[in-house]
Amino acid sequence: MFVRGLKRKCFDGEEDIEGTLAGIKAIPSYNLQRQSLLDMSLVKLQLCHMLVEPNLCRSVLIANTVRQIQEEMTQDGTWQMINTQSTGQASLDRLVSTDILCRSSRDQAEGKHVPAYGTFNKDFESDQAQDSSETMSAASSVQAPRNLQSSVWEMENPQENKGNFQKSLDQIFETLENKSPNAVEDLFSEVDNSYYDLDTMLTGMMSSTKMGHCDSLESFSSPTNTASNSNCKSDLNDLDHIVEILVES
Amino acid sequence: FLAGFGSLVQDVLWCFSQVKGTIDAGVTESDIISTVEFNHTGELLATGDKGGRVVIFQREQESKNQPHRRGEYNVYSTFQSHEPEFDYLKSLEIEEKINKIRWLPQQNAAYFLLSTNDKTVKLWKVSERDKRPEGYNLKDEDGRLRDPSMITVLRVPVLRPMDLMVEATPRRVFANAHTYHINSISVNSDYETYMSADDLRINLWNFEITNQSFNIVDIKPANMEELTEVITAAEFHPHHCNTFVYSSSKGTIRLCDMRTAALCDRHAKFFEEPEDPSNRSFFSEIISSISDVKFSHSGRYIMTRDYLTVKVWDLNMENRPIETYQVHDYLRSKLCSLYENDCIFDKFECVWNGSDSVIMTGSYNNFFRMFDRNTKRDVTLEASRENSKPRAILKPRKVCVGGKRRKDEISVDSLDFSKKILHTAWHPTENIIAVAATNNLYIFQDKVN
Repeated sequence: MFVRGLKRKCFDGEEDIEGTLAGIKAIPSYNLQRQSLLDMSLVKLQLCHMLVEPNLCRSVLIANTVRQIQEEMTQDGTWQMINTQSTGQASLDRLVSTDILCRSSRDQAEGKHVPAYGTFNKDFESDQAQDSSETMSAASSVQAPRNLQSSVWEMENPQENKGNFQKSLDQIFETLENKSPNAVEDLFSEVDNSYYDLDTMLTGMMSSTKMGHCDSLESFSSPTNTASNSNCKSDLNDLDHIVEILVES
Repeated sequence: FLAGFGSLVQDVLWCFSQVKGTIDAGVTESDIISTVEFNHTGELLATGDKGGRVVIFQREQESKNQPHRRGEYNVYSTFQSHEPEFDYLKSLEIEEKINKIRWLPQQNAAYFLLSTNDKTVKLWKVSERDKRPEGYNLKDEDGRLRDPSMITVLRVPVLRPMDLMVEATPRRVFANAHTYHINSISVNSDYETYMSADDLRINLWNFEITNQSFNIVDIKPANMEELTEVITAAEFHPHHCNTFVYSSSKGTIRLCDMRTAALCDRHAKFFEEPEDPSNRSFFSEIISSISDVKFSHSGRYIMTRDYLTVKVWDLNMENRPIETYQVHDYLRSKLCSLYENDCIFDKFECVWNGSDSVIMTGSYNNFFRMFDRNTKRDVTLEASRENSKPRAILKPRKVCVGGKRRKDEISVDSLDFSKKILHTAWHPTENIIAVAATNNLYIFQDKVN
C-alpha cells in the first residue's frame, strides 16, 4: 500500500529528523520523491475519467498540488536543472514536439501546418499496423486535445514513438517546462476543455479504446469531429449561456 | 427522555440493533449506500444508493410487551428515484447515484423528500393507501368498461379497506439548472424554498416552480484556467431563512445573507483557520478541503469535516474554530500513500446528536467516531457483522500507532481502507444512529436498562 521509503515534509514522518540532519545529502532523495509526486499528480489529472464527468473538486485539488510543486521547483532552481539534464540526443525533437503541443492548443495563426483530422486519418491509416495500437494505449491515458496532439507528434516522429505511458507523461512535462509560469494553468485548461468538451473527439478517443480500428477511423472522419479546441471553447460558452437562460441569472 | 442523555460518551453504551443489506462477500456496486437521513421525527429513515434507489425504513410502534425491542426499523417503501442518463451534448454519462436525501417537515398525512443525483433534484411524495373505491358504474371490478346499455341501476362507489400500500410518486423534477455536479441540497426553514449546490454554483428553488431557479452563489471564474477553489457543501440555517453557509475545497466557510443582494458573492462572514506552518506539506490543501458542513440544531454553531479532523465553529468567531477533534491523526504520516490510492479524496460526513452535545463522523476499517463536546471524551466503534448479535454492546476500538500493539488494538497498516464509513445519521431526539458501511446499513441504539 505504501510508496517505498518516502521521506521529509510530504511523506511518512518517521524519517523526518534524519532528513533534516542529513541536510544536503537528503536533498536529491527529496527531489526524487517530489518528482515522483509530480508525476503521480500529472497521471491522476490525465486519467481522471472515461465515461463519466470527472470529479471537479479532485481535479482542482490535484492541479493545485502540481502548481505548488512547480512553484517550489522553480524557486529551488531544480526546474532549470531538469531542463538542462534533458538536453540529450532528442532535445531538438523535444522542442519540436512541445512546439506542436503548444501550437495545437492555440489558433492556427502561426501559419505552420497544423495537422487536420484528414491528415491524421491518412497517417493513421499508413501506420495502422504498427502504431495504432500503441496510439490507442496513449490515447487511453491522455485527454483528448493533448492526446490528439501527442498522437500526431508520434505519427511524425515514428522513431520516437514508444507509445507508452511514460512517453505521454514526458510530453506533458515538456509542456510544463516550456512555459513554466502558465504551464499549470494551460495544463489545467487543457484538462478542463476536455472535461467540458462538446467535441465528440473525446468520445472518439474514448470509444477508440474499445472499438476496432475501423470504427475509430469513422469516428474521426465524421463531420462533428472536425471542431477544434476553439470551437469547443465557444460551445462551452454556448452551454453556459443556455444554462444562464435556464436559471435566469 | 433519558437522564444524562448524550452527556457522557462513555456512559452511553451503544448496542447493535439491526443491519440491512446482504452479507455476500461480493458487493454489487449499485447497492453501495450513498446517503442516509432520518426525517424530522425520526420515524422514518431513508437511504439512497449508487443504483439510484431510495429505501425508506419506518420505525415500528413500541410494544409494551417487548420493551427491549425499542422500535425496530422495517422497510416502508422502495423506489427508483433516478435512472442513469446520457448527456448527449457532452457525450458523458450522468450517474444515477443518489448524492443526498433531505426530508421536508411533515405537513399532512403524506411524507415528502428531496433526492438528488449529480444533475437533477426530485421531490417525492410517499403516501399510504389503505382503502380503495369499489362499485363504479361505468367500470366493473377488473376495470373493464361496462356496456352502457346493460346498466340499469346507479350506485355510489364506496371505499373499502385494502392491504396497506405505500406508494412513492415524483411530484416535481428540478432539472437543467446545474452544469456541474450537485453536492448538497438543503431545505429552507420557510419550507417553501430549498437550495441545491454544485461545484461552482448554488441555486435557490421554490418547491412549486420547476422551470426556474435563482442563482445565489457563483464562483466560476471568467477564465476556467484560473479555477483553484470549488464549493464542497452548503446548508441553510435551521431557523433564519435568509442565512446559509457553504464550504470550499480550500477549507473555508462562507456565511451569506440573502437579504443583502440577489447574488450572494460577498459573504457576510468568512471562517478560516490560519494554517499551522509546522504541519505544512504538499497535501495541506487537500486535507483542509471541507467535505461536509452542518449547522447545529440550535443554529449557534457549524461543524465542518476535513480529511483528518472535525471542527466546531461559533458563528460569532470567524478566525478559528472553537473545537477541533482528531478523527484519525495516525493517517497524517501516510498521506502520500493515501494520495496515491485516492483515499485522500474521500468525502466523510459528520452529524450532530439531537442536543448538539455529541458529534459523530466516520473513518476507515468500518470505524466511526463520536466526540462528546462537554467532557471531551471520544470513542471509536466499529460497524461489523461480528458485532451483530442482537443488543450486543459495541466494544470501543483502538488503533495502535506505536510499536507495541495491545491485544485488542489494530495497527494502522492493518486498516482496511476499502471499508469506509462516509455516511451516518443521528435520530433527532433519541440515541439511535444509522451507519452506512458500503452496502450495509447498521442501526445502533443505546442500551436500555
